[in-house]
Amino acid sequence: MRSEQPRRPSWERPSLFTRVMAAVGLVFLHAPVWVIALYAFTTEDRTYQFPPPGLTLHWFDVAFARDDIWESMRLSLLVASAATLLAIILGTLAAFALARRTFTGKESITLLFVLPIALPGILTGLALLAGMRTIGLEPGFWTIVAGHATFCLVIVYNNVVARLRRIPPSWVEASMDLGARGHQTFRYVLLPQIATALLAGGMLAFALSFDEIIVTLFTAGHERTLPIWFYSELFRPRERPVTNVVAVVVILVTLVPILLAYYLTRPDEQSQGT
Amino acid sequence: MAGRAEFSLQGRQAFYFALLLAPPLLWLGIVYLGSLLTLLLQSFYAIDEFTARIVPEFTLATYRQLLTQPAHIDIIVRTLLMAVAVTLTAAVIAFPVALYMARYAGPRTKALFYVGVMLPMWTSYLVKVYAWRLILAKQGIASWGFEHLGLMAALDQALAVPVVGGPSLASSYIGMFIVFVYMWLPFMILPLAAALERVPASLLQASADLGARPAQTFRNVVLPLALPGLAAGSIFTFSLTLGDYIIPSVVGAPGYFIGMMVYQQQGTAGNLPLAAAFSVVPIVLIGLYLMLARRLGAFDAL
Amino acid sequence: MLRAGPTVDMTPAIELRATHRAFGSVVALDSVSLTIAPGEFFALLGPSGSGKTTCLRLIAGFDQPDSGTILLDGEDVTNTPPFARNVNTVFQDYALFPHMTVAENVAYGLRVRGIARAERARQAGDMLDLVRLGEFGARRPHQLSGGQRQRVALARALINRPQVLLLDEPLGALDLKLREEMQVELKGLQQRLGITFVFVTHDQGEALSMADRVAVFSQGRIEQLDTPRVLYNRPQTAFVASFVGSANVVGREAAQILTGRDRAFAIRPELIDLLAAGEPAADGYVQCAGEIVDVLYHGASSRLRVKVDERTTLAVARSESAGGGVQGLTTGAHVRLAWRPDHAVPLQD
Repeated sequence: MRSEQPRRPSWERPSLFTRVMAAVGLVFLHAPVWVIALYAFTTEDRTYQFPPPGLTLHWFDVAFARDDIWESMRLSLLVASAATLLAIILGTLAAFALARRTFTGKESITLLFVLPIALPGILTGLALLAGMRTIGLEPGFWTIVAGHATFCLVIVYNNVVARLRRIPPSWVEASMDLGARGHQTFRYVLLPQIATALLAGGMLAFALSFDEIIVTLFTAGHERTLPIWFYSELFRPRERPVTNVVAVVVILVTLVPILLAYYLTRPDEQSQGT
Repeated sequence: MAGRAEFSLQGRQAFYFALLLAPPLLWLGIVYLGSLLTLLLQSFYAIDEFTARIVPEFTLATYRQLLTQPAHIDIIVRTLLMAVAVTLTAAVIAFPVALYMARYAGPRTKALFYVGVMLPMWTSYLVKVYAWRLILAKQGIASWGFEHLGLMAALDQALAVPVVGGPSLASSYIGMFIVFVYMWLPFMILPLAAALERVPASLLQASADLGARPAQTFRNVVLPLALPGLAAGSIFTFSLTLGDYIIPSVVGAPGYFIGMMVYQQQGTAGNLPLAAAFSVVPIVLIGLYLMLARRLGAFDAL
Repeated sequence: MLRAGPTVDMTPAIELRATHRAFGSVVALDSVSLTIAPGEFFALLGPSGSGKTTCLRLIAGFDQPDSGTILLDGEDVTNTPPFARNVNTVFQDYALFPHMTVAENVAYGLRVRGIARAERARQAGDMLDLVRLGEFGARRPHQLSGGQRQRVALARALINRPQVLLLDEPLGALDLKLREEMQVELKGLQQRLGITFVFVTHDQGEALSMADRVAVFSQGRIEQLDTPRVLYNRPQTAFVASFVGSANVVGREAAQILTGRDRAFAIRPELIDLLAAGEPAADGYVQCAGEIVDVLYHGASSRLRVKVDERTTLAVARSESAGGGVQGLTTGAHVRLAWRPDHAVPLQD
């Protein structure tokens, strides 16, 4: 039940300063992204001259004709899919194990489950590289996937565990009480409840993996994911608008799962029930 | 009542628990923790100066090298100062935004703000860095804007300041600082907004009822209760700045940062032990920061 | 249909034998033994933390005892999981599944047993009719009122035709008026179905008005197990006397002074007479004098507290309608009290 908020007394309304700063902050966060989109259409390809001297769709043709871009795109999509799948399996298992139980050593284990995103990415990257070198593993597709899955599983775990903790224990008990076996309780009661959280976690994991550079630079070997392609392009002055075209594509590819994830986990969706 | 299953609740639960936890725990334990320990171990090795090979013998030589060479100390101090400046600035900018979205916005505006903060946060990291390179470039939007506002002289003066200045915004510490603040701002806004949202409106009314003016309520009630959020956000901004190596290499001045040093030492320089030792520095600094935050009571209100 | 206790030749519906359950160092249930007859309406009454809910959860199978045995219809179910026990529960928060309609919730017990869809729908419809919610099958639980949700939970728990229905504070979340209606409805339902009802409550009024027998729990033990009448009129311990019917409990030392007998006793407020100035007490009545501490008006009656000595204050109820109002009785006034000696119930130590 959401009704319009009643008008607040003057002293409870935000000050002009707060309102202006909030708006400025929001614009500050968004403006740079629009700049990219604009520069994808510029006719000037050597400097970042503003405003662009002219607008053209030419660079989209150029970008779509480049095989190296398609190759990197394909690799990134594959990596993100594999890492997400692995993360969903591992993260969900962990969430079910840790959602409610209390036991000695739980704090250390939950700490371990936030560490991969709490510590700087460079540490994860370098550590994985050191580990790979120690056991003589050649960097490639699967080492990228392993690195991504490690921090993606944390995202899935967090999403699912938050949802599981909101499920009253009495629902599981009621299901058992009415005759449901463990797998039936999972199928009919728990799964429908966590489905959206699981999907949202998977979406975020996918977006995160698709876009990851800091860890990937350490674990990729000779493979070139789209972010790596993008990164190397930054230091190359030719056909700059092509980079912008790819940037726009990357934004769109990650935007969809993120918006979907937000939609699936927005707070009012859960207002029913308890 | 068909199929009476004999069971022991505790025994069965323990079995399922182990079954559930084993795969993710083994993954993180072996792949992640194992790698971290290997990395730590590497930092206690050293490189042979003549053969350029790693000598797998325990030594503190690499750490000695890290902490005695003035160039290395410079890098650590530079990174630390940047992290502190970025954290403070991000907190100041984030507060009004978080306050507005948590306290004052109606349901629809609030949703708009959440999406508005989350979208840029999740937008491709590299794309955002690249965007700033475009904005801050010599003929980019920033200088265009300054010119049209008649502030070009002010910009030139700022860029002329020794150390933080440079030939253009895109190759100065000022530019890098702006990019860092921009990149980590959502990580400050969201925990802060979450903390502010947990403050019941009745507390503010109680404070007003007891005679506090809005500014007094803010200082005595809102701020202390927002402290855990501020602490959580600052851990993100602090830790992310300490470990980043992309931003300083794409936007910025010639001076090295910890992250760049790590990347360069393991790559072109081939000195994994020194890279490992450098990568331990952010952990130590974050650990110290956490201790300080705890000591200052940042988590007391939790 | 008041039963004085379980009949000897009948197999008890539920039997707990020296059932013990501790959580860490806290003993939730201290070797409790208990027998509940088939068709009985049985209440587990006690304050929070007294062990009544633990007892219910052990019967349902959500928890297992550390030691002792639980029998349902003569069969040992101590190690039987909840899904294999012919017992169903109405939860305190109702535990309705929000992603299912009301009819799907009610039919859940049949669904997990593999009953065909059409048959499920038919039986669920019957059950909803039974609780007068026939129209509401297609709705979601959050579209119902608290009282309606409660009836859905009831229908869902009854669809498996359990031998025993467990109810955990079933009326706790309802407002006063609805609670009174549901008391009548539950009682009627139980008599029509003839199923054993076991319900947990902390509300003594609810236990007294609905149950055939009541077990009063305190600190993991059963203080007293009796019919409501006996519990109210003949409490055996100070705890039962004060928890059920909030009687005055007079300790040994104070009793010695008031009655000359070295035995603690309980006396209910409405059984104490307030004597008018100069009015003599009836023959053989125990008498004492005191000072009014406060007067609380309750509508149909008023309640005074009278301090009769340094450590003893007695509550006295005065019916407003019987002409025994409290006009003129104000704080600080000196009064005399009297009661029939056999109204004072001796208590165990």
